[in-house]
Amino acid sequence: MPLSVSLIITICLVVLAYFAAPRRALAMSGGDARTLAALPRQYGLNAALAVGLPSLVVLVAGLLAGGGGYLTIILLVVAGATFAGSMLRIAPSLRARTEAEGMIKLVLIAASVIAILTTVGIVFSMLFETRNFFGQYKWSDFYFSTEWSPNFRGDSSLGIIPLLWGTLYISFIALVFAVPIGLFAAIYLSEYAGRRMRGIAKPAIEILAGIPTIVYGLFALITVGPFLRDYFAAPMGFGDSASSVMTAGLVMGVMLIPFVSSLSDDIINAVPQAMRDGSLGLGATKSETIRQVVIPAALPGIVGAVLLAASRAIGETMIVVLGAGAAARLSLNPFEAMTTVTVKIVSQLTGDTDFASPETLVAFALGLTLFVITLGLNVVALMIVRKYREQYE
Amino acid sequence: MTQKSLLTVDARTKKRNASEKRFKAFGLGAIIVAMVALVILLTSVVSTGSSAFKQTYATVSVPLPEAKLDKSGVRDLDVMKKVTTIGYTSLLRDGIVGTVADAGLTTTLSAKDIGKMLSKEAAATVRDHVLANPDVIGTSVEFSLLMNGRIDGYFKGRVTMESAALDGNTSPEELQLAQDMANAGLVETKFNWAFLTAPDASDQRPEAAGLGVAILGSLYMMIVVLVLALPIGVAASIYLEEFAPKNRWTDIIEVNISNLAAVPSIVYGILGLAIFINFMEFNQSSPLVGGLVLTLMTLPTIIISTRAALKSVPPSIRDAALGVGASKMQSVFHHVLPLAAPGILTGTIIGLAQALGETAPLLLIGMVAFVREYPAAYSPDAGLFGEAATALPVQVFNWTQRADPGFVERASGAIITLLIFLLIMNAIAIFLRRKFERRW
Repeated sequence: MPLSVSLIITICLVVLAYFAAPRRALAMSGGDARTLAALPRQYGLNAALAVGLPSLVVLVAGLLAGGGGYLTIILLVVAGATFAGSMLRIAPSLRARTEAEGMIKLVLIAASVIAILTTVGIVFSMLFETRNFFGQYKWSDFYFSTEWSPNFRGDSSLGIIPLLWGTLYISFIALVFAVPIGLFAAIYLSEYAGRRMRGIAKPAIEILAGIPTIVYGLFALITVGPFLRDYFAAPMGFGDSASSVMTAGLVMGVMLIPFVSSLSDDIINAVPQAMRDGSLGLGATKSETIRQVVIPAALPGIVGAVLLAASRAIGETMIVVLGAGAAARLSLNPFEAMTTVTVKIVSQLTGDTDFASPETLVAFALGLTLFVITLGLNVVALMIVRKYREQYE
Repeated sequence: MTQKSLLTVDARTKKRNASEKRFKAFGLGAIIVAMVALVILLTSVVSTGSSAFKQTYATVSVPLPEAKLDKSGVRDLDVMKKVTTIGYTSLLRDGIVGTVADAGLTTTLSAKDIGKMLSKEAAATVRDHVLANPDVIGTSVEFSLLMNGRIDGYFKGRVTMESAALDGNTSPEELQLAQDMANAGLVETKFNWAFLTAPDASDQRPEAAGLGVAILGSLYMMIVVLVLALPIGVAASIYLEEFAPKNRWTDIIEVNISNLAAVPSIVYGILGLAIFINFMEFNQSSPLVGGLVLTLMTLPTIIISTRAALKSVPPSIRDAALGVGASKMQSVFHHVLPLAAPGILTGTIIGLAQALGETAPLLLIGMVAFVREYPAAYSPDAGLFGEAATALPVQVFNWTQRADPGFVERASGAIITLLIFLLIMNAIAIFLRRKFERRW
């Protein structure tokens, strides 16, 4: 008997419980709903939940454990037993609403625990494989070697430093581009722009935020890369590669503009108007007020925003996969192709993978390193932003 | 000491005013840079991609001799199926050579080169037609057949006579003949429905590649995300916003959620690979796994926006419900939740839009595979949503990895399709917000 059949039977039992329980409760009270401890339909809800929830738990647990023929039978037994139990328990004195609400609350709690489970899943899935990796490859070589040349016949050098260098270089260029533009855009929109200007510019910047990163990646690949190569890199003798640190950095910068500007917008708006009024009242010009009063007051928040943007840039994948290239290189030339941690995670885990070899497992160590770096940045940034918000509230 | 009029601007004020103007100009400049970037981005994608929605077809009369296509003579399908597309290729060649001759066009090209002007996919089109309608054997049928990628590129301006001279896959004579055929009305460029419905094609024939399988795969995944992420996200938000006591546990959950929202998406891909594929052994590249990974990724977004929507419902609503005897649960489910529904819906749609465009995690769970078959909604052996599929953004990535320049146009066209879907979703979200938003 396939699982779907017992699943359908279970669903039928749940529906049956929902409609049968109120009738049974009414029958036991002699048809007078006033003598019941709860409304008849709450008996129905209670019974349906009492059948449905345990079955759902069994089903999910069974599927997580890999399914199997027993699951079908166990599911049926659980559904049948809970159905019989919930029917037998019906009595006029049963507090059906309180019980049902207790179960609903359990469901709500379970849903919010999923967020924790996700984090635990992320950490453990990577820790486990990373341990396997460090069992085959020395951790000091991974973190301190400057050579990255995986070789699927074995004998690879898997040093993270060139990858980290590419990641940080690209993120740096992206931030140098995005932070001033995003910040100035936010300042202009919140302090200078009129209603009409805001009405046009704000949605336009929000459109940039809604564009998927693969679109930016393609933009880097077919437009920005060739443009930079033909008009900057080649004439100035910096090389002839279309995919380069500069390509990926610039495009990533465009992607980060809305991120920086919307975060700084919130922060600048949170600065109390009284501080601006005081400064303007003393005769400062608008720009002096912004530079000497608003920005210093908003600085911690802006730093938080920049850190969040940095964590975004470091974890960004598609733009660098399509725009930065695949060669691991330690170089200062921004027009040369370099690679990042995320690019190498993708390239080591796609195609033919063998989960026993260090060349595949290294991706998990890279992922864990990436996760720790971005988590650190996020935690610090969120702490700063939160603390700053409390200051003025 | 000379008295100066207040109306004459002194040097210092001039300097301050100039710096004020400069500052303002910087701000305006920043906005202009952002807008220009947006415009360049969109025009670059649209200008390379819009031609993917048009395709060049040749009207060719193909002879379908019984001797070649049906050796049994009784229209036995099994016998007819033994003739492969290679067998049909020569018929197509005869067909196009004949069509060219009938139109009175002259060329120096050999029959083989003329035959090559049709797409390799054309033979499959004719074969499918013949197998579906065995009666046509023995007659001559007029087909509208795909031209190959280079000829197609010529009519779209991607291939020129000069570039064809350097290209091993085509020649200026072929382009000239194609142009003559177009002048004679035998070749036309029309709207390419196949781009939206056909499956992917191999890397030799960009002209036949379509998005059908990718759109279906994305749709399956969005269904999984909607079915899982919406109820779980709403339930979690209700607990955190309405019921959770303020203690260390709920603090941990809250910090956790805001951090999860900022975890790089590729990390979710690693999670999906390790847990769903390696540990639980789900099928690689199935829409179910993709949907699960995207669900986990979208949950924080949905939770954050749902909580904001719940928070915006004023406490007086809850107090009134409690005051007339509702339980806490009833006040939430009967009053707060319906009032917060538009906000929740808006947040969910935006979360879905984010999930629709996400690529990196899907690459890791094996969605890069070349998929030619439409994934079935249900199959007994692979289970619900269990067959290999691909998704719109992944299809874009796949096409960028192929050598033939025709695929650049296809990838941009796919991006346009993706952006149109996102635009529709966002428009719905904005509409809902405008229509149902309440200010208390």
